[in-house]
Amino acid sequence: MSLTLEETAHVARLARLRLTPDELARMQVQLSNILDHFTLLQEVDVSDIPPTAQVTDLVNAMRDDLVRPSLPRDEALANAPAQAEGMFRVGAIFEE
Amino acid sequence: MHDYLVTIGLEVHAQILTASKMFCGCSADYADAAPNTHVCPTCLGLPGALPVINRRAIEFAIATGLALNCRIQHANLISRKNYFYADLPSGYQRSQYDDPLCVAGWLDIDGDEGPRRIGLTRVHIEEDTGKLTHADDNTSLVDFNRAGVPLMEIVSEPDIASPEEAKRYFQKLRQILIWIGVNTGDMEKGALRCDANVSLRPVGQEAYGAKVEIKNMNSFRALERALVYEIDRQAAVLRAGGRITQETRGWDESRGITEAQRTKEGSADYRYFPEPDIPPLQVDETLIDACRARLPELPDTRRARFMHEYGLSLQDAETLTADRHRAAYYERTVIAVQAVGGTPRDAAVWIAGELLRLINDTGEELQAAETRLPPAAVAEVVDMLLRGAITRTTAKEAFEVAFRTGQSPAQIVAERGWAVISDTDALTRLAREVIAAHPKAVAEYQGGKATAIKFLIGQIMKATKGQASPQMVQSALEAELDPGA
Repeated sequence: MSLTLEETAHVARLARLRLTPDELARMQVQLSNILDHFTLLQEVDVSDIPPTAQVTDLVNAMRDDLVRPSLPRDEALANAPAQAEGMFRVGAIFEE
Repeated sequence: MHDYLVTIGLEVHAQILTASKMFCGCSADYADAAPNTHVCPTCLGLPGALPVINRRAIEFAIATGLALNCRIQHANLISRKNYFYADLPSGYQRSQYDDPLCVAGWLDIDGDEGPRRIGLTRVHIEEDTGKLTHADDNTSLVDFNRAGVPLMEIVSEPDIASPEEAKRYFQKLRQILIWIGVNTGDMEKGALRCDANVSLRPVGQEAYGAKVEIKNMNSFRALERALVYEIDRQAAVLRAGGRITQETRGWDESRGITEAQRTKEGSADYRYFPEPDIPPLQVDETLIDACRARLPELPDTRRARFMHEYGLSLQDAETLTADRHRAAYYERTVIAVQAVGGTPRDAAVWIAGELLRLINDTGEELQAAETRLPPAAVAEVVDMLLRGAITRTTAKEAFEVAFRTGQSPAQIVAERGWAVISDTDALTRLAREVIAAHPKAVAEYQGGKATAIKFLIGQIMKATKGQASPQMVQSALEAELDPGA
C-alpha cells in the first residue's frame, strides 16, 4: 500500500475528518488505490506538454474596480447554524 | 550586542487601496461598516461562485514593485493556501507562492552606520481574511467584510541589523506606499501590518541562528520595542548556553514582552496548489510601462531635487518631502514667493519653520489648513517683509493670524495697524517726547555713554508696540541728540 496508516490519519486531520479506526483502515486502502492510479498516469511521457492548472485557455480574466451590491445580511447569514449580532457564531477560537 | 550579530527581516501586509475587493465587487471599505454587509457568494466562499481579479489591485501592486525597484514577473500564478480557520470562509486563502508578481527589489534607508540598501525578496498579492471577535460565552463571532480585501505582502531580505533600522525601513516603506497612493498607511485600522523574523548568531559565525517570527506589532514604537526585547531575550538564552527554538511569538504591548504563540494545527502544511478558478495572469511590458508612467516622482528623487534645484538643506528637503501633498504645497508656494521677489529658501523657512509648527499645534492635516493659508498668503507675508512694510515679528504674527482665521495677511496688517511706522516726522516727534521724558538717560548719552541710547530706543519701540524699524528710530534719536553730527 502506498500510504501508511499514519499518513492517512494526517490527511484526515488536515481535512478535519474524524474517522473511526475502521474507517481509517478503509480510507487507507481507498486513498492508496487512488494514488496508485496516479502512479500509472505518471508513466505517460509529458515532457513536451507545459504544465497547466487550466482548461479554459483564458488569460487575464479581470474586472474594473467597481463596487457592486453585496448580499442582504439575512441572506448572507441564512445558512449559518448559529449567529449573533449580525455575525456568524462559531466555537471559541483563542487568539494564538 | 557586541558578541552577537542581529539579523532581521520584515514581512509587511499592506491593504491595496481599491474600492472593491480582490475577486468580487463587494466594497473593500470595511473599517466602519456593519458586520457582514460587504459580503457576497464569492467572498463568503460559497460553492459555485467565480472569482474575477480586480485589475486595479494588480496595477497598484505593479506600481509598488516598480517604486521598490523590483523586477515585475510576466507569468503569474494565483495559488490556494489551504488551512482551516474560522475567519477563512472557503478553507483556503488565495495568495501567491511560486511566481510572485514582483521580485528582487530594494529600499535605501539611513542605517545605523550610514546609507543602507535593504533587499526586497518579493511583493505578492493575496486576499485578507475575515475578522474574529471573541464573545464571553466561549464562542467567537465572525464578520466577513474584510474577507477578500486585496493585500500586498512585502517581504524583505534579512538585511536589517537593528531594531532602529527595522523601524526606519518600515517608516520609509509606509511613506512610499502612501506617496504613490496604493495604501492609506493607517496602522491603527490595520491597513498596514508588520511581522518580523529575528535571529542571532555569534560574531564570526557564518550560518544564521534559529529564526523567531514576531507578530502583533501595530505601531513603529511597538516594532522597535518588540525587537529590542526579543534580541535581549535570545542573547540571554544563548549566553546561558541554551538553544533558540524556531517559533512564532506574539508581542504583548501592555506587558512589553514577546511570548510563544500556540501554533495553528498543521500550519506548515498549506498544500499550495494553483487556483483552478482563475485563468493565468500574464503581465506584459505594455501594462508595466503604463504603471511606470503613472508613478509620481518618488520621495528620494524629489528630496534630492529640492536640494539642488532650490538650495535647501538636507533637513529642510526631508521635512518638505515627508509626504507628497506637503511637497506639492511647497512647490506651489515657491512659485508664488518667487513672483514677489522671494526665494525658495524663504518659502521653506515659512513652511518648515512656522506652518508645520502651527499644524502640529492644532493637530490637523495640511490639506485642511491649506484652505486658510494658500501659497498666495505665504507669498503676501514674504512680500510685505521684503518691502520693509512689516517687521519680522509682525510677519510671524500676521502669518499665525492668517493661519487661524483664513484672512489675508495684508488685510490683517492693514486692519490691525501693524505696518511699520516709516513716517520720519512721526518718529522725530516721538524722539523729542522720549528725550524730554528721560533727561537722565540723555545726560548719560551726552556724557559719552553711547549705550544709553538703547534705553531711549526701547522706550520708542514700546510706545509704537514694536511697529517701528529700530534703525530708523535710532537715526531719529541721533538727529535730535547730536544735531551737529
